[in-house]
Amino acid sequence: MTSVSMTVNGKPVSGEVEGRTLLVEFLREGQGLTGTHVGCDTSQCGACVVHVNGEAVKACTIFAAEAEGAEVTTIEGMAEADGTLHPIQQAFQDHHGLQCGFCTPGMVMSAAALLKENPQPSPAEIRDYLEGNICRCTGYHNIVKAILAASGQDANAIAAE
Amino acid sequence: MPKDGGIGASTKRREDIRFLTGTGNYTDDINIRGQAYVHFLRSDVAHGRIKGIDTAEAEKMPGVVRIFTGADFEGVGGIPCGWQVTDRHGAPMQEPAHPVLAQGKVRHVGDPIAAVVAESREQARDAAEAIEVDIEDLPAVIDMKAALEDDAPKVHDDLSSNLCFDWGFVEENREAVDKAIKEAHHVTTLELINQRMVANPMEPRVVVGDYKRANDESTLYTTSQNPHVIRLLMGAFVLGIPEHKLRVVAPDVGGGFGSKIFHYAEEAFCTFAARKLARPVKWTCTRSEAFMTDAHGRDHVTKIELALDKDGKFLAIRTDTHANMGAYLSTFAPSVPTWLHGTLMAGNYTTPLIYVNVKAVFTNTVPVDAYRGAGRPEATFQLERVIDKAAREMEIDPVELRRKNFVREFPYATPVAVEYDTGDYDATLDRLLEMIDRDGFAARRAEAAKRGKLRGLGINCYIEACGIAPSNLVGQLGARAGLYESATVRVNATGSISVFTGSHSHGQGHETSFAQVMSEMIGIPAEQIDIVHGDTANSPMGMGTYGSRSIAVGGSAMVRATEKIIGKARKIAAHLMEAAEGDIEFKDGQFTVAGTDKAVAWGDVCLAAYVPHNYPLEELEPGLEETAFYDPANFTYPAGAYAAEVEVDPETGKVTVCGFAAADDFGNVINPMIVEGQVHGGLAQGIGQALLEGCVYDESGQLISGSYMDYAMPRADDFPAFRVDHSCATPCTHNPLGVKGCGEAGAIGSPPAIVNAVVDALQGGGIDVTHIDMPLSPGRVWQAIQGAN
Ligand code: FES
Ligand code: FES
Repeated sequence: MTSVSMTVNGKPVSGEVEGRTLLVEFLREGQGLTGTHVGCDTSQCGACVVHVNGEAVKACTIFAAEAEGAEVTTIEGMAEADGTLHPIQQAFQDHHGLQCGFCTPGMVMSAAALLKENPQPSPAEIRDYLEGNICRCTGYHNIVKAILAASGQDANAIAAE
Repeated sequence: MPKDGGIGASTKRREDIRFLTGTGNYTDDINIRGQAYVHFLRSDVAHGRIKGIDTAEAEKMPGVVRIFTGADFEGVGGIPCGWQVTDRHGAPMQEPAHPVLAQGKVRHVGDPIAAVVAESREQARDAAEAIEVDIEDLPAVIDMKAALEDDAPKVHDDLSSNLCFDWGFVEENREAVDKAIKEAHHVTTLELINQRMVANPMEPRVVVGDYKRANDESTLYTTSQNPHVIRLLMGAFVLGIPEHKLRVVAPDVGGGFGSKIFHYAEEAFCTFAARKLARPVKWTCTRSEAFMTDAHGRDHVTKIELALDKDGKFLAIRTDTHANMGAYLSTFAPSVPTWLHGTLMAGNYTTPLIYVNVKAVFTNTVPVDAYRGAGRPEATFQLERVIDKAAREMEIDPVELRRKNFVREFPYATPVAVEYDTGDYDATLDRLLEMIDRDGFAARRAEAAKRGKLRGLGINCYIEACGIAPSNLVGQLGARAGLYESATVRVNATGSISVFTGSHSHGQGHETSFAQVMSEMIGIPAEQIDIVHGDTANSPMGMGTYGSRSIAVGGSAMVRATEKIIGKARKIAAHLMEAAEGDIEFKDGQFTVAGTDKAVAWGDVCLAAYVPHNYPLEELEPGLEETAFYDPANFTYPAGAYAAEVEVDPETGKVTVCGFAAADDFGNVINPMIVEGQVHGGLAQGIGQALLEGCVYDESGQLISGSYMDYAMPRADDFPAFRVDHSCATPCTHNPLGVKGCGEAGAIGSPPAIVNAVVDALQGGGIDVTHIDMPLSPGRVWQAIQGAN
């Protein structure tokens, strides 16, 4: 066991972990932050995406110990303290970008990283960027719309592809 | 103007807030103080005899609480099958035992041999690796036809063969169908495969068993689409726990698509182990484990023949299907290739004679059961493919050929035992043609040709039977359950409402749409209405969610319970206003006396029911709570027309979907936004089946496509933007909301559209290919092109 400390959603946290403990396990089981999900064991589904030092990372691909000292943001850290949704979260609700909600935390975190990199992505760029996030419910149509809307573009531009 | 609430409004979903903020409550988020963890040791061979299991070393490993094997389950019931099919000759299907942990033999890769319960997940896994299992490899049967040969190895030694049943439908039509086909002007024949699929909800299955010894109560938290069904099957048939001592909770569930209907061994195991150990026991399935334990879908091999007269009128259909059951009978497996498939073979057409033969076969593979659409996609695919092939052979426009044969008079009794209550297939087809600019297709094809691409257009219709199902009918057909639905409407003293429904939401948005119906009926804001589901402790016995039955059956139960509430409230209002009950009108949350200005608000009536000081106590009980069970009079029949436009790269065989349009008739729609989302998701699964997905075993029974590395899950960039429309609505005639259901349509209607479009693209390029089996991967399309040249 080794001890690890990091900042999660603005709060300093620490814990004892085994060398093989994944960041996603540390967050879910150690910190009770169950919004970050596990949908696969081959690092492909993206249900576990969080931000580590501002970058989108699949939390099942790094060990908790590797995040020593890092600034981690999870889905629980996206809305304002008063409950006001982040604009991406709000756009997902407005455009029905989620059904069962299981892929949603990862989708929102990936979308946030995309918009940081590319504030006005085209529908094709959005689809391309989401290559590492699998959704089985929505057919992605409304996810693309939601991200267009969150970037201040016309959600109906999806049809123009 | 869209409405801002009530029936027909695209109300935003209330459940989204918790899902979007990471505060949902999925089963894996549940951790109970003192819980132990299970790891299942699973067979890595497809077929073998267990000669010995040595757990001695493993027992000594750190953290091990106890190791269970099949021997611990002697005297415990096996996993039951919920549907019995009777074969052509009147004999019941062959029904093998399905032990919770393997006994004597393993029959597919993934079959559980032992279960280690330990203090941590890692300790359980480490100990499982230390168990020594001596297995004698037996030859495996994977191919269905090979499994039926006389000298084939038997999956179950105590059965007479690997044939589960040989089903004929309608058996009395058999000779007439043979004759019509023999004498017809034209017969089109098509052999095709509807490949094995893995449902792959993004949330893997999770089970937590808990037990309170003091009051002898078991609680099972599980990722289920139907907690009451699990309670009944597991309590009554497997573990012998009476229902009042067994609570099953299915909290937020991350998608199901059929695969979470069934009762699985891990549920029985965790409940059993929690009782034995008197502590909570948790199992979280990994994705790799899900591939080899979640029931798979489809896996039919079919030959279909369509007989036509010289004008293109359909005269008869004959089909011959082999349906894979896998190694055991999953909960509803026998119903899928039979009653959910054969009864849909008429499609949207007036074909007078139909005969369906289905041979269900045991193989050394994961059990196969319902997957989104369940039997109906298989029926639609073969029918709409053979019609397209017939149109080409007879040089009739494929749209016209369909129109020549549409059912236009309702109700319509098909020759395959169902009666369509209503529909308008011309309307959805007309609407589709408006959406896709068919006239402009030739120009688009010519433009594509300049770029070296072959462009194709595929059009088809579909019909499905939803809202399952009339209990007396399914009882005759072999169901070992009723298929009603239930609701309790609890009005609180100040007028807010909690509805407890037997339907279950795992992405469908019931908390929002059911509240819209209640808001419309009572005339109070939806915010004052809560929809509660997923817990046998608070909902009346319900059959759960699958087969697009929630709004049609569960919604109807809620409407019936609410009608009882309104009836009673009307009596209370009459008393309060000293008027005759017959003069009371109820609108927008106000009771009024006709022709006067007397009024009493909904909230005042509710308060009077719970504080009955001025109340007709001699005639009426206090309180305002009602339960209804609704058993549907018929199935509902959503139908529609779909079109795919694709481009094929003849150099590589790669298929690109350029456009997809769907025109559906779902009857009345409660929340159009949610309905469109359901169609999008169905389309993605259907197009995924047509182009990408497929579960593959090698000859020895190893699962080749056992993770997301090998099983092609559709990604965002595999799809175009979808165009969907549900404006052509013929309301269902036999349920109170006039609704039909929309959950499966997309997955049913889209695979034939894609394959029809690819064949059209190749034919348009002068390449004579009449069929390619799904998934239409670049390799397969390229090979088909080479084969034709
Ligand atoms: S859990 Fe699937 S990518 Fe991390
Ligand atoms: S909303 Fe269910 S997986 Fe995306």
